[in-house]
Amino acid sequence: MTLDQMKPGGQCLIKRLSVRDKLGQRLMDMGVYPGRRLKVIRNAPLDDPMEVEVDGYQVSLRHDEARYVEVEHGDNR
Amino acid sequence: MATTDKMLVALAGQPNCGKSTVFNALTGASQHVANYPGVTVDKKVGWYRYHGGRVEVVDLPGTYSLTSYSPEERVSRDFILHEKPSVVLNVMDAANLKRCLYLTLQLLEMEIPVILNLNMMDVAEKQGMVIDVPALSKALGIPVVPTVMKSGRGKKELMDAIDAVGKGRQSLHPVRVDYAAEMEPIIREIESRFSSQSRLGETYPLRWLAIKLMEGDAEVRRMVVEKNNSGAALAAFIEARRASFEDQFGDSPEMHIGRHRYQAAEEICRATVKPPSGVKKPLSDRIDGLVCHRLFGPVFLVGVIWLLYYLSIVQGYHITHYTWPLLAKIRSLTEALMPAPGFIDIPVMRSFALWFVDSVNALLNYIPIFLILFALIAVLEDSGYMPRMAFIMDRLFSRYGLHGQSTLPMILGGIYVGGCAVPGVMSCKGIPDERSRLATILIIPLLNCLAKVPLYVLLINIYFAEHKGLAMFFISTISLLMVLPVSKILTMTVLRKMDTSPFIMEMPPYHLPTIRGVLGRALERVWLFIRKIITIVAALAVVIFVLLQFPGISKERMAHYEAEKDQAVQKFNKSIGQTAYAAMLDEEALMALVLYWDDYKNSKMTTKGEEAMAALNEKFKHRHPEFYSIIQAGEDKDAKKVNKAFNSLFKERKRLLREMRKERIDNSFLGRLGRALEPVTQWAGFNWRVNVALLSAFAAKESSVATLGALYEQEEAGEALEERMAKGEAGFTPLHALALMLFMVLYPPCLATSIAVKIQSGSVKWMLFSMIYPMALGIGVATLVFSGGSALGLSGLQAMFAFYGLALIITIAAGFIKDGQEHSLT
Repeated sequence: MTLDQMKPGGQCLIKRLSVRDKLGQRLMDMGVYPGRRLKVIRNAPLDDPMEVEVDGYQVSLRHDEARYVEVEHGDNR
Repeated sequence: MATTDKMLVALAGQPNCGKSTVFNALTGASQHVANYPGVTVDKKVGWYRYHGGRVEVVDLPGTYSLTSYSPEERVSRDFILHEKPSVVLNVMDAANLKRCLYLTLQLLEMEIPVILNLNMMDVAEKQGMVIDVPALSKALGIPVVPTVMKSGRGKKELMDAIDAVGKGRQSLHPVRVDYAAEMEPIIREIESRFSSQSRLGETYPLRWLAIKLMEGDAEVRRMVVEKNNSGAALAAFIEARRASFEDQFGDSPEMHIGRHRYQAAEEICRATVKPPSGVKKPLSDRIDGLVCHRLFGPVFLVGVIWLLYYLSIVQGYHITHYTWPLLAKIRSLTEALMPAPGFIDIPVMRSFALWFVDSVNALLNYIPIFLILFALIAVLEDSGYMPRMAFIMDRLFSRYGLHGQSTLPMILGGIYVGGCAVPGVMSCKGIPDERSRLATILIIPLLNCLAKVPLYVLLINIYFAEHKGLAMFFISTISLLMVLPVSKILTMTVLRKMDTSPFIMEMPPYHLPTIRGVLGRALERVWLFIRKIITIVAALAVVIFVLLQFPGISKERMAHYEAEKDQAVQKFNKSIGQTAYAAMLDEEALMALVLYWDDYKNSKMTTKGEEAMAALNEKFKHRHPEFYSIIQAGEDKDAKKVNKAFNSLFKERKRLLREMRKERIDNSFLGRLGRALEPVTQWAGFNWRVNVALLSAFAAKESSVATLGALYEQEEAGEALEERMAKGEAGFTPLHALALMLFMVLYPPCLATSIAVKIQSGSVKWMLFSMIYPMALGIGVATLVFSGGSALGLSGLQAMFAFYGLALIITIAAGFIKDGQEHSLT
C-alpha cells in the first residue's frame, strides 16, 4: 500500500521510498523515511494535497508525491 | 590584543526556527539585503561590535538539509565552504531539537567551527521539555547556548561564545556520525583515493567529499570531474561503489546515510532531552481543524483576501488623500522653480521637469498602500498562515502549472479587480518551485490591476451603458480565465525545461507575529520598492518623455498657432479698449494676468472651507489689487467687461495649448509608431489614436485614459471624455470597445512591474519576454474578437458572451491536460 491511499486518521509505518533524487531526498529531509511512523491528519478541501504528522510535526505533500511512499497499515500499534 | 580583528559569522538553521529573530537581535538596525551571485536568493548581511571588534553576520537561507537540490541549500553550502566563516551559528528551535540536529550533524561534517544556539527556550520549557545543555554540548562536542532572543535572554552569552570560538580560544571536538560497517570502509577508501589522486582535499574536507559523493550529490560530482585530471575515472569509481552498495545491501547509499544521521540525532536526544509530557501543540492543531476545514477553510481564505484588500487598497487609498497634498506640494515647488510658461510656448525644461515629477509622484503615491500591504503580508508570513493558504489552493493552481504558493501573489496582482502587479510579482519570491515561480511572475501582469480600471470604466460607460454590471463582471473575471490557460501553455512550452521542486513542505505551528518583526519587514520592502523600482522608473521617464515630445511641432505650424494667438489677443484688446484697464494691460501685464488667473484657479481648487477661502482671497488681493479686481469683478462695469473678455481669451489659450499638445503627440515618435502599427492593429479594431494611447500606457496604465483625453480634444467646456470619445470615434462600436478592453487585460506590464519582473526572475531576458508575449497574445485575442465578431455579425454583447464561453471551455480543458512531473524511481 502507498501513502496516497491512506485515509485521514489512519496510521502507518513507512516501509520503503520508491523514488530517489530530488523527491526522495526531500522526503528524507522532511523526516519521511523507512522505519518512521506516520499519521494522516487530513486532506485539503479539494482533496489534494494531504497533511501528515511525523515525529511531532506536520508536513503537507501532494498525493502524487505520496504515491512513492510505501507503507504498512498499522492502526492499533 | 586583536580587538580590531574582523570576524565573519554565518547563521544557519532550518526554516521557522527563529533565525531572523536571532539575526535582528545580534545586528540591530545595521543590516542590509544583497543577492547571492546568479540566484534570486536574498543574502542578509549585518554587523555588530564586540569589545571593539567588528563582527560581520550573514544570515544564510533557512534549509532543512545541505544537498545541492535547491538554490537555497547550494548557496548556504557554498558560502560555508568558500567564504570559510570563523563561526557558523546553528540556530534551532529548542522544541524541535531532534529534527534540527539532522542539519547540525551535516554542518559538523563540513569541519567548520559550529556553535549551537537553542533558541525559543521558553516555548520548550512551557511544553515541559527539559534539555540537559551541558550534556548536549558534550555529546556534540561543540558549545551550546540556550537563548530566548525575543526577550534578549542569553544574548550576551551567545556573543561571548561566538568570540571565544571565532578567536580560537575554545577548541571543539565535534561528534562524527557513524555510518556503520556497511558504509564506513567505503568512505575511508574514497578518502584515501582522493588524498593521493586529487588536490580537492586542500579546499574541501575529505570525509565530507566522500559522503557527498556516496549520496550522489550532482554538484560535488561535477566539481570532481572538472577539477581533476583523472576526474572521469574518479567519478566512474564512485558510481561503481554506489551501484555495488545498493546491490549488496538493497538500500540506496543516500537513504542509508540519511537514516544514520537521524539515528545519531535520536540517540543524542534520548541521552540529553526529557521529552514534553502530555499533548503537544493542542492550540495549533485546533486552529488547523478550522482553517483547513473542507468548508470553513475556503470561507476563511476568502475572508482573509477580503480583509487584505479592504485594509490595504481601500483604507490605504484613504490615506493617500492625506499624503497626496505633500506630493502636490513638491510639484508646485518644481513649478515655481522652473522658467515660467509663455502664452502658448511652454519651455521644454518646464514640461520635462513636471513630467518627471508626475511620473515619480504617481509611484510615490502608492507608498501608503504598499506599507499597509507589506505589513499585512508580513503578518501572514509570520503567523504561519501562508503554508495553509498553499495547502488549500494547490490542487486548483497546480493543474495550470502554478503552485499553492502562487495564491498570495495572485491575490495581490488583482485576481478579481483592483490589485497591483508590483507587490504581486515581488511576493513570488517564496514559491519554491522554479517553474511555477516563473509562470506566476509571467502571468501576474495579466491580472486586473487598479490602473487598468479607468479604461474599462470609460469604455463600459460609453459602449455597454445598458449592461454595465454584466460588462464589469465579464472584464473582472475574464482575466482569471485567460491567465490559467496561458500559464498552462507557458508551462508546457517555454518553461518546459525549467527546474521543478517537490511540493512537500512543513506546516509549522501558528505564531503570534511581533510588531517589530512586521514593521521591520514592511519598511524594508517599501525601501526596496523605492530604491530599486522608483529610481529606474524615473530614469525611464526621460526616455518616454522624449518619445512623446519630439520632434515636436514644425515651424510653419508654430507660425500658424502664433497667428491664432495674436488674433485672440487682438480681439481681447479691442473688447476692453474703452475700459479703464486698457492702458494697464500691455502684453507683459497680460501674461502676468494669465499666470495670476491660473494660479488663483488652481489654489481655489485645493482650498476647502470658508475661512481658508477668505484667507486665499485676501492673499491674492494683497498680491495684485488690480488683477484681483478683474477676477472678482463684482458690480464694477469695466471690470466685468474685462473679466468676460479675459475669460474667453483664457479659454482660447487653453484650446491652443491642447491642440498643440495633441499635434505634438501626433507628430512624436510614439505617434508615428502608432500610425505605423495601424495596418496590423486595424484587424483588432484599433486606429492609430488608440495605438498611441496604448503605447503611452507603458509608462503607467493610468496614462491610457489621460492620453485619450488629450487626443479627443474638448469641444465644449465641461464635456466629459465619454461624450468626446463617442463623438470623435463615430465608427467605434461596442465590438471595438470589447476588443480594446481585452487587449488592456492582456496588456504588457508597466515599467515598475517590468523592473520587479527583472528583479524576481533575475534576468533581462525574462523581463523582455514578459513584455512581448502579452502584446502578441493581446493582438491575437483582440483580432479574434473583432475580426471574428465582425465576420459573424455579432454585436458587442454577443461577442462578449461568445468569448467568455470560449475562455471557460479552454480553461476547463487546460485543467485536464496531464503534465505530471517525472521522478526517477528505485
